[in-house]
Amino acid sequence: MTTSIERTWTAVCAAGAVPEWSGVAALLDDGVQVAIFRLPGGRWHALSNLDPISGAAVLSRGIVGDAGGVPVVASPVYKERFDLRTGECLDAEGVSVAAYAVRVTGGVVEVEASP
Amino acid sequence: MRKLVVAGHGMVAHRLVEAVRAEDKTGEWEVVVLAEEARPAYDRVALTSYVDTWDPASLALEGADYADDPLVDLRLGDAVASVDRERKVVVTEAGYEQPYDALVLATGSRPFVPPVPGHDLPGCFVYRTIEDLDAIREAAQRPGRGRRSAVVIGGGLLGLEAAKALRDMGLSPHVVEMAPRLMPLQVDEGGGGLLRRLITELDVTVHTGTSTDAIEPDGSRYIAKLGNGTELDVDLVVFSAGIRPRDDLARSSGLEVGARGGILVDDTCRTSDPAVYAIGECAAVDGKVYGIVAPGYAMAEIVAARLTGGEGTFPEPDMSTKLKLMGVDVASFGDAHAATEGALEVAFNDAVAGTYKKLVISDDSKTLLGGVLVGDASEFNTLRAMVGRPLPAGPGAILAPAGGGAAVGVDALPDEAQICSCNAVSKGAITHAITDQGCDSVAKIKGCTRAGTACGSCVPLLGKLLTACGVEQSKALCEHFSQSRAELFQILQATRISTFSEMIDRYGSGTGCAICKPAIASILATLGNGHILAGEQATLQDTNDKFLANLQRNGTYSVVPRIPGGEVTPEKLMVIAQVAMDFGLYTKITGGQRIDLFGATVDQLPLIWRRLVDAGFESGHAYGKSLRTVKSCVGSTWCRYGVQDSVGLAIELELRYRGLRSPHKLKSAVSGCARECAEARSKDFGIIATDKGWNLYVGGNGGATPRHADLLVSEVDTETLIRTIDRFLMFYVRTADRLQRTAPWVEEMEGGLDHLRAVIVDDKLGICEDLDAAMVKHVGDYADEWRGVLEDPEKLAKFSSFVNAPGTPDPTISFRTERDQKVPVLLGIPEVKQ
Repeated sequence: MTTSIERTWTAVCAAGAVPEWSGVAALLDDGVQVAIFRLPGGRWHALSNLDPISGAAVLSRGIVGDAGGVPVVASPVYKERFDLRTGECLDAEGVSVAAYAVRVTGGVVEVEASP
Repeated sequence: MRKLVVAGHGMVAHRLVEAVRAEDKTGEWEVVVLAEEARPAYDRVALTSYVDTWDPASLALEGADYADDPLVDLRLGDAVASVDRERKVVVTEAGYEQPYDALVLATGSRPFVPPVPGHDLPGCFVYRTIEDLDAIREAAQRPGRGRRSAVVIGGGLLGLEAAKALRDMGLSPHVVEMAPRLMPLQVDEGGGGLLRRLITELDVTVHTGTSTDAIEPDGSRYIAKLGNGTELDVDLVVFSAGIRPRDDLARSSGLEVGARGGILVDDTCRTSDPAVYAIGECAAVDGKVYGIVAPGYAMAEIVAARLTGGEGTFPEPDMSTKLKLMGVDVASFGDAHAATEGALEVAFNDAVAGTYKKLVISDDSKTLLGGVLVGDASEFNTLRAMVGRPLPAGPGAILAPAGGGAAVGVDALPDEAQICSCNAVSKGAITHAITDQGCDSVAKIKGCTRAGTACGSCVPLLGKLLTACGVEQSKALCEHFSQSRAELFQILQATRISTFSEMIDRYGSGTGCAICKPAIASILATLGNGHILAGEQATLQDTNDKFLANLQRNGTYSVVPRIPGGEVTPEKLMVIAQVAMDFGLYTKITGGQRIDLFGATVDQLPLIWRRLVDAGFESGHAYGKSLRTVKSCVGSTWCRYGVQDSVGLAIELELRYRGLRSPHKLKSAVSGCARECAEARSKDFGIIATDKGWNLYVGGNGGATPRHADLLVSEVDTETLIRTIDRFLMFYVRTADRLQRTAPWVEEMEGGLDHLRAVIVDDKLGICEDLDAAMVKHVGDYADEWRGVLEDPEKLAKFSSFVNAPGTPDPTISFRTERDQKVPVLLGIPEVKQ
């Protein structure tokens, strides 16, 4: 028997609105803020926009790069790095943020409403 | 509670009071200091630098007025006149009686004036106090014909200091020394010969091996008649022929004095009366008087320990000295004069290079006993630490110039050897910090051991110790670039690569990070690659540069319009006020004489700046690693004391250097007179007006490690001043490390301030033309960054909180009211385990 889980996607913006190596913030219906990041080669990642260390909703404004090959965003407040794939913080043990699924269909960026 | 009375308030007395107050945990002692001078203790060792500013505050010792200490009563201008040891009471000049339980005599010394005829004429001075220098200055400024001249009687350390001060005041100095050479206590014949040559080249006329027989008035001038028949026609005379301990109180109260003067004390600094101590230059420890400050400090510490239940005895002091006289290095250490029986001397005299080095070694030629260095004292720290220890190589090899022989390595030092003499840190303590406490940089060693944090002369040795311990001091900017920031600057300049992606493809690895991206963005901006938010550059910037505003803790930003020099019209103030009211911004005056508007969301930033730019404001770069402000006092336009237009210069400088991207923020200030109201010496580059021009100070900062800026050039005209600052800034921007401010940059530079001066004033490296051209380009290329955003819809579009809901404010941001203004309420901070 196969169980299919219905996934709900929220359209956020045109793909062209997000330059490579940068992030944008999106406000979802339930007030959740998601930070969406674009890397070259059509790779997209989405994390909660709320930086758990400072409490400010700013992760989308961090610098995107890598740490030993792991794609990361560095919080603009105190510079802790978060793994773009999992939301795990590399600089504070046990700290992580929610990671969301993200896809681009027909030139439109969509995020999954719940992580 | 017991009374401690201190007679005198010089540097040593101040150290005593500090040490007693630090050790006396229970507040057992109430301290009364009776000082002769009308000002608290000041840095007499640095007296000659008073000529740079003529500001007594520049010599102030921190905390020497004990303003916040109820247990210290400092009474200025009323010296102790007599001591009644029977009743344990001192009587002051004013007739006041002060009982004591313990009395410390710290009356210092007086300059020795040889009793030559005419020594008390009005044009004769001594060189010991601020008042002495003021009096010399007044005499030097009296109108007269031609170049003024002066004679200093005494060619020791202090005499040469006096000659330097006189030269800095614009006089031609002569120095007369009875001994056959200058600085006879510190250097030997060979070193003295070279020293004489080097000092003569600096416009000082030296007469050695002759007495001064008489001073005779000649109209408004004086004739100094020397024993060798020479007659010197001078405007004034300064006696600097040694010091004599001030032991009068001991003599009048029946305390024992040394055979050659000085209050006789034992090795705990106690006099023949157990309730009375003597410290500093008035004391004769086992009959011997010490005329430098370090042994005095040691005495102060011992007495403080004894008074507070501790122990300690005066150790045989290290009389090693290292100093720079008019730019000439002079150092001596250990048994410099080969007084030890059978001692051997090995000297190396390089007349071409202008260096003289001598080592004194034991008769079996195995142990270093002492030495003399003139012209180049860079090996002083290493050699001094080796005194009394086996030589690691033959003395000839050690003396040979670098490259020619096996110079002394830091490896050769034993663990007990003191590397930092200011804070008494041994090599062992430093290697322990490196190997067991994980210090892998000079900065971490400083933090861990305090070594290198005072005078900084041992900093190069700290680097060598790191290398010796196998710690490779990586210059790599980050994991993506193995090059240092200075190397990356050179690459970008030479290759004209204009994007980060090309740079990391060709010279780095990986995809970059929050360290290398802003660093390279900054270099690209310095080199003039258009607007900092153009194209890919926008993705490299830290959030402050990306939004051209300062991120605050709740995710909002603050806005600082430029107010050059702090000068602003009422009309412009009203614009700022109106903008703040319309957008509901918290308003605060900054330390840099401008106005900071807090609480703006990213959506509001362009709306705010539209209004500000329309009113004639431009970006203040409070967000950037770049020039912040050039602060100023009101200057000669309004101030009764101002001697130059400090506001005008501050505005000119601020407009010249605005927007210059640099390794760290840059702050500056201009003061219109020596009162220094603009606090210029706490800045990266600070300018203080004199009646003849401008003094430029560099390498200062406030912050966690405050540092006063050092004098780079003095009394220059505006054109020279600006050219020197241009070069200073460009040289800094090109060669400093990421986030390294100018203070550590100068401190860690090999050769320090002298090297910096050689590069940007004397053009030793031949790069000044290039530095000048770079600054001309910067000034020409400048454009207001905020205007650039407002004129470009693509850049404007980035100023939105939410890509799918432009104009919707961030729901996590909220405010409450405090003192009639709004302040952030922090919401949604989840529990964070750290």
